[in-house]
Amino acid sequence: MLSRNFRLQKVGNLNWLKKNYDFSHISFFIDELIILDVSRRERCISMFSKVLESLTEGCFVPIAAGGGIRTIEDASLLLRSGADKVVINTPLFKDRSLLNGLITNFGRQCVVGSVDLKKFGDEKYQIWIESGAACLSGAPANLLGAMLDNPPGEIYLNSIDQDGTGKGFDLTMLGQLPERFPSPIILAGGAGNAKHLTEVLFDPRVDAVATANLLNFVGDGLMKARKAVDASGITLAKWPDKNSYLSNSL
Amino acid sequence: MKPRVTIIDYGMGNIWSIKNALAYLGWDSNVVDTPDNVVSADMIILPGVGSFRQAMLTLSEKRLDESILELVSIKKRKILGICLGMQLMAMAGEEDGGAIGLQLIPGVAEHFGKALSSNGLKVPHVGFNEVRGNGNSILFRRNSSPTDFYFTHSYRIPSDIIGGYHGICDYGEMFLASYESDNIFATQFHPEKSQTNGLRLLDNFLRA
Repeated sequence: MLSRNFRLQKVGNLNWLKKNYDFSHISFFIDELIILDVSRRERCISMFSKVLESLTEGCFVPIAAGGGIRTIEDASLLLRSGADKVVINTPLFKDRSLLNGLITNFGRQCVVGSVDLKKFGDEKYQIWIESGAACLSGAPANLLGAMLDNPPGEIYLNSIDQDGTGKGFDLTMLGQLPERFPSPIILAGGAGNAKHLTEVLFDPRVDAVATANLLNFVGDGLMKARKAVDASGITLAKWPDKNSYLSNSL
Repeated sequence: MKPRVTIIDYGMGNIWSIKNALAYLGWDSNVVDTPDNVVSADMIILPGVGSFRQAMLTLSEKRLDESILELVSIKKRKILGICLGMQLMAMAGEEDGGAIGLQLIPGVAEHFGKALSSNGLKVPHVGFNEVRGNGNSILFRRNSSPTDFYFTHSYRIPSDIIGGYHGICDYGEMFLASYESDNIFATQFHPEKSQTNGLRLLDNFLRA
């Protein structure tokens, strides 16, 4: 699976993405879509915005987009190109005025803070920024606690260790959050099957789960995972599938 | 000629997403920001994300408020307000110091009540939630009841208003998730972000 991981694919190759990921089909099995530009070379928001428009054609779910947002104008461009929310990672810790500005301009519900955590030693974690290239000193609880007066609308909490392994989420990460953190938590990194999703969704500290790995089972992996989660007793939103919708009702 | 859908652009709304949904349903749309173009429309969609007061100020500066009312109240063309667009159609909104609305819906857009936080519910209300339509609603045709739609908002119109068909959502309290009366349609949720449920609702509006 590793070789086909979304994060490990060459980014910027739109044709590959369109060929292998029919987003307009896949998107009917998810509640929201997160699209991140994780290019390490110089990123270009205007190019990303074009990719975003093209990828999300035929997707009718809320879309969060990010990677390389450094100004209000960057965010505004993505929001005009199909995104409903913007995701920030490095500026969350390095540019508080951008976080505050995004909240003022677009509303708190529009801002997702992406937090990459990596273990060091047995019990401890560090926050990594700049696409995982630099780490911050200080306990994650303190770094996140510093934004309690004006937090992002949601936190996308990703385990660098688990990401791409398909071995399951790291729930101990949740202990790294400050107490009573008000924003919903989207747990990411490590989902490999429906059981992983279900286990975590029963944890009251988790509001949502994200998976890139399950998208990689080209075919019906995601659809089966959604059905399995729903069958486990977790209530998910329901809608007729695209095919029956098209043939019966229009 | 098939009528065209006119989307009103006053700088606050994800217009691209609405165009995307309309195109999928096979409808041509144009995006306008002048009174002349509004008054000559076949039908209009009023989108919106952001602050009520700022949005009303912009609409009135561009004289779009008068042209919307002329089109809807005098020419009786269809209007669909989405999210903030629905709230703008209320009598007034209390957000950000308050402002008078377009007065097409007999209710006031207020902040969610205090009861929510004591129930542990977060505001803004974000995510899919169930909506129940009452009576013989056009918007809910061909959709099962209740229907899941995607919401993201902190203000809402209470559900106890008089007249029209109502879609009701329960989020710690009952609030008005949708409204329809003759040629006036509005949804607090985002049909363009609500999968096939939303596509069907949009299709119902377009054919109404």
